[in-house]
Amino acid sequence: MEQQFNTKASSKVSPLEGYREVYTLHLADNTLILGHRNSEWCGHGPVLEQDIAITNISLDLIGQARNFYQYAATIMNAQKVSPPIGGGDLEGAVTEDSFAYFRNSPEFKNILLVELPKGDWAQTILRQFFFSSWQNLLFEKLKESNDEQLSAIATKALKEIAYHLRWSSEWVIRLGDGTDESHLRMEKAIDGLWNYTEEMFIPVDYELETLNNGIGTDVALLKGSWLQNVRKIFSEAGLIIPSSSMVHTGGKEGKHTEYLDQILKELQAVARAHPTATW
Amino acid sequence: MNEEHEHSIDETSLNEEKKIWSILKDIPDPEVPVLTVQDLGIIRNIILHDDEVEVVITPTYSGCPAMDMIAANIRFALLKNGFKKIKITTVLSPAWTTDWMSEEGKQKLKEYGIAPPNPKQQVCNDKLFAHDEAVQCPHCDSWHTHRISEFGSTACKALYQCDDCEETFDYFKCH
Repeated sequence: MEQQFNTKASSKVSPLEGYREVYTLHLADNTLILGHRNSEWCGHGPVLEQDIAITNISLDLIGQARNFYQYAATIMNAQKVSPPIGGGDLEGAVTEDSFAYFRNSPEFKNILLVELPKGDWAQTILRQFFFSSWQNLLFEKLKESNDEQLSAIATKALKEIAYHLRWSSEWVIRLGDGTDESHLRMEKAIDGLWNYTEEMFIPVDYELETLNNGIGTDVALLKGSWLQNVRKIFSEAGLIIPSSSMVHTGGKEGKHTEYLDQILKELQAVARAHPTATW
Repeated sequence: MNEEHEHSIDETSLNEEKKIWSILKDIPDPEVPVLTVQDLGIIRNIILHDDEVEVVITPTYSGCPAMDMIAANIRFALLKNGFKKIKITTVLSPAWTTDWMSEEGKQKLKEYGIAPPNPKQQVCNDKLFAHDEAVQCPHCDSWHTHRISEFGSTACKALYQCDDCEETFDYFKCH
């Protein structure tokens, strides 16, 4: 289906322009996929207030994703770049919807952490805490990006992230320092997720390229502050950072776990069944 | 609220701009209908081009689901008043803040039963378990209230309860 939409002949672009777009899609994919994962709690939260909280966070994340996708579409369409990724509509233009609904999993550039199953409440909370802590540091840097729109999206998102970070930090402490059962579940969640956190700090080509051009930031430099915050919250929660040195990476380059395919199957089913439908 | 006259040097376009502001004055927010989009500070600018009116809007939250409807309502209101070429532009910067909410808007919120945002930007306080944010009960005016949940029925609200009259209420949180 994407083939038929890709009607534009490919044209040469400078490497930077290509990287700016992929980088923007990477930022978008992180928030879309995590937003989708969190939305699976809708109607299933442990209590009503927290059901509402996690779905509100989903809404913020999906909103951030839309801002990034719209921007990626604008710059790609303006440059008449044959989309290396993203299906595009009948005229060959890409849109936020073509990115979300008509790409296959190797074209998604999200980190693996966000695509893992939602698990139990402990796993969802811990993942959100890891992600928000990172996103907070990353977007503080993106605020200073010489790309005005990326800076604007990040600046706006930071206000939302402040709430996500506070909420998830409180829950990590509540569960870690709660009952034997909640503590055990947090430990299990840490075991399951920790090896996926390192990917946030290992830059891939488009991150290095955008860093060199003042658009992106050096993600490797975020690790120190991130670890410091995790350590602080974990110590209040009575939890321990594991010493494991195993690292799972690949998501940023499109090498995903089978979980992403499962998400996309659900997320894209309606749009792919009715590709010309309008809302 | 935002009467920048850079595009309206001559009187005709100044009047035209005033007219547009007054047309858009009563468009309600789809999620908090007691407020207008002007009370919220969502309309940032009106720009008159040769044959086109451009209305610049900004979302409250990144994921605000009401933006499409707000844009459509602005378009309908202008069409109804004889404007033909209308462009709605969304900007993200500067990021929307509750500081832009009009005093009238805050009063209307309170009368509607939603506590208006505190004047101080308390989201900047990132202390954990900080339940001491003083929010006044919109029903009995008591300051003895506590937060039930940071997140409420829409992205812009938190859920509170009054310790005196025991009513729960929405608080339009600082942003």
